[in-house]
Amino acid sequence: MSALATSGTVAAGGYNFAYLDEQTKRMIRRAILKAIAIPGYQVPFASREMPMPYGWGTGGVQVTAAILGASDRLKVIDQGADDTTNAVSIRKFFEKTSGVETTTHTAEATIIQTRHRIPEKTLTADQVLVYQVPIPEPLRFLEPRETETRVMHALEDYGLMHVKLYEDIATHGHIATTYAYPVKVEDRYVMDPSPTPKFDNPKMNDCAALQLFGAGREKRIYALPPHTKVVSLDFDDHPFEPTKFDHACALCGATHTYLDEVITDDAGGRMFVCSDTDHCEERRAEGHRGALLGEAPAAIAGAAE
Amino acid sequence: MTNAMTDAPLLTAEAVTKFYGARIGCRDVGFELYPGEVLAVVGESGSGKSTLLKLLSGQLAPSDGRVLYRMRDGVTRDILTLSEAERRFLFRTDWGFVHQHAEQGLRMGVSAGANVGERLMAVGWRHYGKIRTEAETWLERVEIDAGRIDERPTAYSGGMRQRLQIARNLVTAPRLVFMDEPTGGLDVSVQARLLDLVRGLVADLGLAAIVVTHDLAVARLLSHRILVMKDGRAIETGLTDQVLDDPREPYTQLLVSSILQP
Amino acid sequence: MYVAVKGGERAIDNAHRLLAHARRGDPSVPEVAPAQIREQLALAVDRVMTEGSLYDRDLAAIAIKQARGDLVEAAFLVRAFRTTLPRFGATDPIDTAAMQVARRVSATFKDIPGGQVLGPTFDYTHRLIDFLLEAGADIAEPARVAADPVAMPRVTDLLGADDLIERNPPGDPDAPVPDLTREPLDLPAGRDLRLQNLARGDEGFLLALGYSTQRGFGRTHPFAGEIRLGEVELEFVAEDVGFAVPLGEITVTECQMVNQFKGSATEPPRFTRGYGLAFGHCERKTMGMALVDRALRAAELGEEVKAPAQDEEFVLMHSDNVQATGFVEHLKLPHYVDFQAELGLIRQMRAEIAARAAARSPDGTTLQEAAE
Repeated sequence: MSALATSGTVAAGGYNFAYLDEQTKRMIRRAILKAIAIPGYQVPFASREMPMPYGWGTGGVQVTAAILGASDRLKVIDQGADDTTNAVSIRKFFEKTSGVETTTHTAEATIIQTRHRIPEKTLTADQVLVYQVPIPEPLRFLEPRETETRVMHALEDYGLMHVKLYEDIATHGHIATTYAYPVKVEDRYVMDPSPTPKFDNPKMNDCAALQLFGAGREKRIYALPPHTKVVSLDFDDHPFEPTKFDHACALCGATHTYLDEVITDDAGGRMFVCSDTDHCEERRAEGHRGALLGEAPAAIAGAAE
Repeated sequence: MTNAMTDAPLLTAEAVTKFYGARIGCRDVGFELYPGEVLAVVGESGSGKSTLLKLLSGQLAPSDGRVLYRMRDGVTRDILTLSEAERRFLFRTDWGFVHQHAEQGLRMGVSAGANVGERLMAVGWRHYGKIRTEAETWLERVEIDAGRIDERPTAYSGGMRQRLQIARNLVTAPRLVFMDEPTGGLDVSVQARLLDLVRGLVADLGLAAIVVTHDLAVARLLSHRILVMKDGRAIETGLTDQVLDDPREPYTQLLVSSILQP
Repeated sequence: MYVAVKGGERAIDNAHRLLAHARRGDPSVPEVAPAQIREQLALAVDRVMTEGSLYDRDLAAIAIKQARGDLVEAAFLVRAFRTTLPRFGATDPIDTAAMQVARRVSATFKDIPGGQVLGPTFDYTHRLIDFLLEAGADIAEPARVAADPVAMPRVTDLLGADDLIERNPPGDPDAPVPDLTREPLDLPAGRDLRLQNLARGDEGFLLALGYSTQRGFGRTHPFAGEIRLGEVELEFVAEDVGFAVPLGEITVTECQMVNQFKGSATEPPRFTRGYGLAFGHCERKTMGMALVDRALRAAELGEEVKAPAQDEEFVLMHSDNVQATGFVEHLKLPHYVDFQAELGLIRQMRAEIAARAAARSPDGTTLQEAAE
């Protein structure tokens, strides 16, 4: 986060460093500071029209642009992978507009912009995780009105949230929310963790890295400062349970990672592989071997093969 | 039925007045309501009784006068000075509001159990089993088969919906319940059963209630005291039996004669 | 599927090359120039300028070419360009009463000072495909008359002189001009912000909402008081000069709806207003906008708010087609992490239901007992 040091730098292409003008970056940084000061509270900000569509990461891109400095190393992931099309597109955007170094290695990155996943490797105090958020309001699907949800947050009027969980248990016998699983931050604000799988929820709690959330279309920024208490909503007798997989990663043999199901043929063949591609490749480089490592198509096994 | 009353009034209306532009909504209405007491507000439509109910429950600000409420901590507060947070808290703990149309007081998209449990969860209950047990208890108290706890109110009859709405309101043991034409729109036979149930619950729980109704039979059955409204003013007030058996005001006499006489 | 994702970077580059190729179409057909779009697809240009919130005919024409004629995409391109431009300030309000009128119609009075001017309109054309256009026929010169110096007061001003229509609130030259593109929308919004939002709003959305009010979903009893199209002068007061500097002229369409209003306890009966304004010639847009503007004033005028077009949050939050298309189209992005989570849940719930069904079946009696 050495953005201040680079103010006014002009990158190739005639646009300001990291695309946004410095005035706009200051405005966004003010919103970020406010968000850090009130963990879990959604701060309205004057989201700009970006040269990429709303809903495709404009909030995350603006947050990253506002905090990015020339000495940062940026990693961009979508669905846990560095090479998904939109991750590639956003990484190229910052390469072009800021010229900063990019990386696929979680440990080397100072800023990680993500959509839908938190990296498997434990993040450190030197890192910032920037989430792309489509709908920042955890109460939105229970109460569509912004005017009402803002009052509900202000008054900590969250009974409705548990009504939803109650209904899940009454209908299915367990809580049937698998992603965008709502959390309570520092015993105060109910927050949407963005559509990450609930598997990732425990990683948000007491995380050493700063976590920033940007919603461009909905014009909101919120934050979790390092080591913030983040608790997934539940009932005493139906406690929160992260997703567990019955399989190990077919490539690296990991047993405690989030897995993608890959359909390998049209006869029911499938394999489960780590969604965090960097993590999987590192494990293989360290000599871990999954059951199908030798057999997997090169396209799935990726660069490490 | 008056044994639950204590010395201090629970709710006091002082010269409550509401203008809509130049039109009078209600004017100079004053009374005291004691714990465990049921007050019926009667009058024809347009007499100002619904406006009065909104004023008393803090949903509308009076143009003049004030409404005082003795909170659970014993402190009497002007409800207009309550913050939105305090007002909402009152509404999910110490107060209930039974709407004429159950659909306005229920969440039609979630189960009966969740409807009853919502207030408990709002005040911090976090044990599913206990919430459910409490909801079952309340469904049975309002004569709904606990086996139908997972059904949505859309599957219920009109009378059942109204009883569910009552259970949803009473689950946090409020001390005061506002009722707006609670039997309006129900069949006569269903009305009788509901009135019986409400009378029993009010007596058992020592509830205070303010019941707005145009039906003097409802007032007779439920209330201790009655307040007759006409053109926004309270024109006659007194013990229900006394007023209905021996009305002093010509308008009340007219009301009584037109409705109660065979 | 997975292969394409792995080759993400190369795939994107190739897709862009293919897009450029497809945009050009058959190379034996002459390439269209932005100037041709600007001159011959002028209404498309006007819509893109309006929804892109930037008055620049040439830029809009390039955007339309780049977007292969997709006008929402073109408006998006214009918006993304606009957001990088510096802001010097706000011009003085334009005076549509002083408009150089090219078209002006009123549905409320048969004759009005300055007269009715049909101008270039589709209104009374027969919608028969004109096959002469295929060959490119010569176009007859338009009829010309000497410029008429007679004033064309706005119809609403004529009504206003008799106090038959609500007065527009007086403008406050010192009040700050809100800017939707610089501040997040805060609800409830004032009418100025609402109009700003509607002016950028999607033509189709406003058309449908306006139509819904006519069919009874928030009826406003509208009359098209006046629709006028023409050029207006733009002036800007520069701080260091101290007086208004003319910046040039722009073409705008203005629609003033006149709506019935029965009055209330405090207000005598008089007509009320709905207002629409757009860059260029955007008649349908301004009419829809004026209907929706009036519908959104329901609460202010003491009317019951129950139809979608009267619901400020609903209308303002969903009017922007650049936002809408982004979020609808983002469903194309990979969601397989979420989908995997849902897949696991569906499998789990199906297994639970199958187990319960097995427990209920006659030969599963012991199972049921064990479960209890």
